[in-house]
Amino acid sequence: MDITSALFLLIGSFLCLSGGVGILRFPDFYTRMHAAGVTDTLATAMILIGLMLQSPDALVVIKLIIILLMTLFISPTASHALASAAIHNNLKPVLENKKDNE
Amino acid sequence: MLIAATIAILVVMIMSILRAVLGPTFYDRILAVNMIGTKTVLLISLLGFVMGRPEFLDIAIVYALINFISVIGVLHYSDSSVFKRSNEHKK
Repeated sequence: MDITSALFLLIGSFLCLSGGVGILRFPDFYTRMHAAGVTDTLATAMILIGLMLQSPDALVVIKLIIILLMTLFISPTASHALASAAIHNNLKPVLENKKDNE
Repeated sequence: MLIAATIAILVVMIMSILRAVLGPTFYDRILAVNMIGTKTVLLISLLGFVMGRPEFLDIAIVYALINFISVIGVLHYSDSSVFKRSNEHKK
């Protein structure tokens, strides 16, 4: 049980770090949003499942499941609102063939 | 392993703060703030387990809700005409 929990926490930490590198190094707002979306869903799920395997009693597991479900509902909603607000206010994505034309 | 995950999340929060400071557009900063919020929820849960007090999970639930409301509120403000005028003024 301990080794499984450590494995989940390790995968979650790695995904968090890769998303952090992505949010610093990607060239465009929309690609940065993709990097943030990876950490919002999969890394959060991995870390919370790793915590569930260590928890002492059932109430803690229920609270962790509530946090996981709320994150899985909230973060795609916030990402959708962010992307639609950005494209609504004329923030254009960087495209490859735009460079060729200019 | 819990402490290693906590340190990894702190490093990711520092990276997000850098993006919020550097961010060329307004939306990059909102994205970074949203990411810091979700990482804070994870950080509070992990710190509860590190300190042996899982009651911290209640605070994590409330923080997730507050973070969602704040992001939606700022995005709603960004659609208003006052924001657009000030943004054009900057350009």
